[in-house]
Amino acid sequence: MYYCGRALLRLLSKRLFQGSTVSLSKEQVQHIATLARLRLADDEMSDVVGKLSRIVEFVDQLKAAPTKDVAPMAHPLDQTQRLRPDRVTETNDREHIQQNAPAVQGGLYLVPKVIE
Amino acid sequence: MSGAGGTIHARTLTGLAQGLTNGEFSSRELTEALLARIDAHHEVLNSFISITAEEALAAADAADKARANGNAGLLNGLPIIHKDIFCTRGVRTTCGSRMLDNFVSPYDATVVERMAAAGAVMLGKTNMDEFAMGSSNETSYFGPVRNPWDLSRSPGGSSGGSAAAVAARLAPAATGTDTGGSIRQPAALTGTVGLKPTYGRVSRHGMIAFASSLDQAGVITRSAADAALLLGVMAGFDERDSTCVDQPVPDYTAALDQPIKGLCVGIVRQHFDAGLDEGNAVQVRAALKALEEQGAVLREIDLPNLDLSVPTYYVVAPAECSSNMSRFDGVRFGYRAEGATDLMDLYCRSRGEGFGAEVKRRIMTGTYVLSAGYYDAYYLKAQKVRQLISDDFKKAFADVDVIAGPTSPTPAFALGDKTDDPVTMYLNDIYTIGANLAGLPAMSLPCGFVNSLPVGLHLVAAPFAEARLLNVGARYQAETDWHQRAPEGWS
Repeated sequence: MYYCGRALLRLLSKRLFQGSTVSLSKEQVQHIATLARLRLADDEMSDVVGKLSRIVEFVDQLKAAPTKDVAPMAHPLDQTQRLRPDRVTETNDREHIQQNAPAVQGGLYLVPKVIE
Repeated sequence: MSGAGGTIHARTLTGLAQGLTNGEFSSRELTEALLARIDAHHEVLNSFISITAEEALAAADAADKARANGNAGLLNGLPIIHKDIFCTRGVRTTCGSRMLDNFVSPYDATVVERMAAAGAVMLGKTNMDEFAMGSSNETSYFGPVRNPWDLSRSPGGSSGGSAAAVAARLAPAATGTDTGGSIRQPAALTGTVGLKPTYGRVSRHGMIAFASSLDQAGVITRSAADAALLLGVMAGFDERDSTCVDQPVPDYTAALDQPIKGLCVGIVRQHFDAGLDEGNAVQVRAALKALEEQGAVLREIDLPNLDLSVPTYYVVAPAECSSNMSRFDGVRFGYRAEGATDLMDLYCRSRGEGFGAEVKRRIMTGTYVLSAGYYDAYYLKAQKVRQLISDDFKKAFADVDVIAGPTSPTPAFALGDKTDDPVTMYLNDIYTIGANLAGLPAMSLPCGFVNSLPVGLHLVAAPFAEARLLNVGARYQAETDWHQRAPEGWS
């Protein structure tokens, strides 16, 4: 089964290895993590750089696909967004909902100080 | 126990419905029997995150009362387990993540609500890959699920807990969700039936979002007839899900026994290329032969962009994931890191500590492909290729009624076998992802064994043709008994 998985990998990656490979730097990954609001532990970093590079290399094979004059797909079923009357339908459930919040006071969510 | 002891757990949902209707046992007796079985065996499999015994017994009593009063619903008194991605009012919903370890939803998902309204009895909530991101159930914060066919192997994922529990006869049926194969692949790897309906057929209100243009709710059962029964209850318009389609729900059970003579079955040549395990290929070909013997006509077809479906998916799904996961900020609900110095630090640490490795990888992949300078090259490009893939299916369904092939490249793989390289894991979904990209209904049926491990037959149909899939499934199961086999020690 191990070999079978490898065979599949080779088959599907054939376009990929024809082109140049992309590799992400530690700085790039750190930038992505900051954009995504994720703090990575020091011991996570090298694993993330390696695996993320691998994923980006893999999806890079899309670049070779001929898509001239193809419109990007917007919805699987060509549906359009439905409209509804602009009416209040929900009741105020704040107390119940805020039972899940880590810190609240007087109906407000508490966060570390934002303004000096 | 009067009538409810012995092998009651071996019955299908349809069989249990008959037993309840005929008064062979009450819902309380049935519920007690299954709770006892779950209690005795679930730890070996790690298939449950929560067991809701108290709520189940109350619901069973209510169902028995409703039946006595002549108010039995379609699922009256029947047991169901829900993937822990569906919000349940008053019962915690973790989505397999540390992030939601303490989350108790203020409302029920529409799927949960509809099943409960029809009289179903929820026994518990099942383990899953974290936020449904995985194909082996190994990304769960609550630990991997084991496959009852071989405890050293994965049941697949992300609906692995649902599939393992149904295969082990801990429950007759479970809900699942499918973004790239998360119902069908675990169904194939555990010898169960997995149905992913058309995009928009079932409401996703209260189903925690992963990739919103792909996600769909469905079921894992032990027969096509059981899947038909459940889909009839779940499907239909819901104004609380803006992607839910307003189209009448047919009677899925009515068409089950129709002969399939003349049914045109498309066979994709590339499905049997080098990537497919030889043993799986033999079993799938035998299943196609069985359909042919019932009068189906096999026709070879081509899906030329098939080999681009996995890379397309791994741009589109992470992009949507990165957007959906931005709601977890450590402020309004979910995990909050301690000792944050400022708001930015609170966000980054809560998310860094609350999410597991695979979820973080997908968020970052998505963030990368959507970021300035890369959007056109990756995201826009993927959406164009997705259109090509969808067009391939559209063309195919002009000529054939269903497309049939393997559900997964291999039988169940060993736990830990594919965790080193994310791409190897992603390629597990090569045969299933196309249906998600194109929004099509699809189903996996047990169709044989390789080295005592189950193999799945995959069927895909045109939008809203679930009745056709279920019909083919029921006809196949009328002539085969693969779906009735139980793993050793679990019969």
